Amino acid sequence: MTGKRTLTFVLMDPPYENARTTTALRLVDIAVRRGHDVNVFAYEGAVYVPFARQAPHPNAVHGRDVEQEDHPNPKDWVSAILQEAGRRGAKVDWVQCGLCVDERGAAECIPGLRRGSPADLVAFVASSDNALVIPTR
Amino acid sequence: MAQYLLIESRDPLSDADAARFQELAARLARAGNEVTFFLVQNGVFPARRGARREQLARLAGHGIQVLADDFSLRERGIAEDRLAPGVEAAPLSVVIDLMESGSRALWH
Repeated sequence: MTGKRTLTFVLMDPPYENARTTTALRLVDIAVRRGHDVNVFAYEGAVYVPFARQAPHPNAVHGRDVEQEDHPNPKDWVSAILQEAGRRGAKVDWVQCGLCVDERGAAECIPGLRRGSPADLVAFVASSDNALVIPTR
Repeated sequence: MAQYLLIESRDPLSDADAARFQELAARLARAGNEVTFFLVQNGVFPARRGARREQLARLAGHGIQVLADDFSLRERGIAEDRLAPGVEAAPLSVVIDLMESGSRALWH
C-alpha cells in the first residue's frame, strides 16, 4: 500500500439478487484490509444489504437444516467488514439513505451504520481520494 | 494523460450495450489515455478462448490492458490457461490498486 486513502463506494442493488452485491462487498473488504478509510453510500434496494432481520433458513427441498444449509446473509458480511476495519485501524462510514430506508421500511440495520441523505454522498465524494458507483441497470 | 478503469460486469451476448462500453474504452485509449478494462462477474465470458475474442483483442490492440477477475473465472469454470489472447487473469484487488493511484473508475 502506498498510503492510507479514503475510498467511496456507492451501492444500489438489493441483496440476494445480483452478483454486484458480492463484488461490491469484496471490494470494500479489500480496501479495509489495506487499512483504507471507506465510505459506503447505500441507496435504493441496497439499504437492505445490512438489514438486521435477515435470517438463515433450512432447505426442505434438499433436506438440510439451518446449520447444514449455512445460508449466508449479507448483514453478516457487512458486520465482518466493520470488525475487520476495527482490527486494521480503518474507518468505515456506512450511510443508509434515509429516504430509501423509509420507503422500504428498512430502518432496522445492524449496529455501526448511520442514517443519512444524498447530501452525505456529495460530502463523501468531495472528501474522498476516489469513488466507484456500482449501479443497477 | 489520465488513467481510466472501466469495469465490465455484463456479458456482451446478453447485454448488447456492452459493446458501447468497449467502444468508450477504445475512444479513451485513442485519445491518449491509459485504460484498464477489467472483466468481472458475467463480464468474463468473452474472455474464453474462441468466444467473441476479436472484440477484446481489438481493445488490446489499442494498448488497453484487459484483465479478468480470477474469482469470476473460477466461479464459471473458465481455466486461466483457456483465456483468449490479450486477456490476463487478475485478482479483484487490481481495482483497489488503480483506485489508489487515482484512476477514474467506471462500472458497467
